[in-house]
Amino acid sequence: MIARLSRRFTRLLKPLISSVGDLLPIVLVVGFFQLVVLRQTIPDFAQIVIGVILVVLGLTFFIKGLEMGLFPVGESMAYAFARKGSLFWLLAFAFALGFGTTVAEPALIAVANEAAKVAAEGGVIAHHAEAMDAYATGLRFTVALSVGVAILLGVFRIIKGWPIHYFIIGGYLGVVVMTMFAPEEIIGIAYDSGGVTTSTITVPLVTALGVGLASSIRGRNPMIDGFGLIAFASLTPMIFVMAYGMIIG
Amino acid sequence: MNDLLQLLLNSTLSTVSDVLPIAIIIFGFQFLVIRKPIPHLKNVLFGFFYVLLGLSLFLVGLEEALFPIGRLMAQQLTDPAFILGSELGRLAVWSDYGWIYLFAFTIGYATTIAEPSLLAVAIKASEVSGGSIGIRGLRNAVALGVAIGITLGTFRIISGTPLHYYIIVGYIIVIIQTFKSPKMIIALAYDSGGVTTSTVTVPLVTALGLGLASTVPGRSPMLDGFGLIAFASLFPIIAVLGYAQLSQWRASRSSSS
Repeated sequence: MIARLSRRFTRLLKPLISSVGDLLPIVLVVGFFQLVVLRQTIPDFAQIVIGVILVVLGLTFFIKGLEMGLFPVGESMAYAFARKGSLFWLLAFAFALGFGTTVAEPALIAVANEAAKVAAEGGVIAHHAEAMDAYATGLRFTVALSVGVAILLGVFRIIKGWPIHYFIIGGYLGVVVMTMFAPEEIIGIAYDSGGVTTSTITVPLVTALGVGLASSIRGRNPMIDGFGLIAFASLTPMIFVMAYGMIIG
Repeated sequence: MNDLLQLLLNSTLSTVSDVLPIAIIIFGFQFLVIRKPIPHLKNVLFGFFYVLLGLSLFLVGLEEALFPIGRLMAQQLTDPAFILGSELGRLAVWSDYGWIYLFAFTIGYATTIAEPSLLAVAIKASEVSGGSIGIRGLRNAVALGVAIGITLGTFRIISGTPLHYYIIVGYIIVIIQTFKSPKMIIALAYDSGGVTTSTVTVPLVTALGLGLASTVPGRSPMLDGFGLIAFASLFPIIAVLGYAQLSQWRASRSSSS
């Protein structure tokens, strides 16, 4: 009885402790700079303690949900599509997943609004709310489209088993060539937009989809072929956003 | 306490709107195209609920505890009065910013270790590789890459050199490493560039970039404040490939001796 209880307790405790370990570096860095470098007191200590507890709990729940929900769904969808054998529907799903999860992404909305401000200040578009809204919305749809294309292309690569580095090197060349022609104001935003597209919910799902596909298709290795969808999704937005800047500018 | 509840509500709503399109796409395709019930549906729904709850708590906690103080810190560290101290009035040069480089390095490392999407990819990679890629090892390599990337990125803002030079040189390094690295690691390494920058890293790093660009003389926040995220997505690729090359080199040396 006691042994079982204590086993239960350690099973509950272990993920909590590892979440604490994940958060510890941030707390140490902030504490060190606040107390030693800036020589200030910690404002509102109780609030910080509550916040840290929430973060640790949140991380623990997230990992639990990952293993119960997101990973199995991504994998079972991959198996179901592989069994069904319809390339069209698989690619349609890949595109929808990329487009649908990106278009509403809060980080992207923030970056798009910021970019509209830069464009208005640089005189690329008119300096009033309507033009800026139109520019930001256009940018958002451009990025969402680029992520949809990325996941579609990435899934197609997994099915064909083509080596990933040809695509990535080709993408890099695309970025470099576009950089030479794109207006200067858009470059920083374009480069950053590659990093903000993949949210915390999309990443596990898309990873599970890729690995699931690679494991269910004969002759594919999940390690070599299964990963790489995220890489595609962070590369295409750079090219598409610079193209957007060139067309609008 | 009321504020906390309000914050929790807002965060839950924004997480729900994040999950909703994903749920619609998954269930839509499941019912219309695949036309089979989802296996272990009850478990999956609970899983989605846990993800939602977890992310909401996570974001509220960060907003409550770490982001305000981190943002304030970025501002204070970039304040000319702090950087020059008693010599205020003279023009700062790049070597005056020692604490900023240390802050950039450590905060880049620390936020990446706490990044949930990196953890997800690391769990999957460890599972697929049968444990030969460790969860801790991968996360440490990625975090080290982000730390180096952000530090170099702050140097770029301070020195005012063009962003695309750094990125293009980074690309060339990645391409050379690709041809020298074990095949197994390449796709995973490319992926690790995209997962580093989400919920934890972006807000703090953006505050640092904007703070620097608005206080360093001659920089504009609009033009120079961007670009740190790009560094944080490129350098982990180099770090992970480098880590794999190092392990391979060590293994080949110990087997030949």
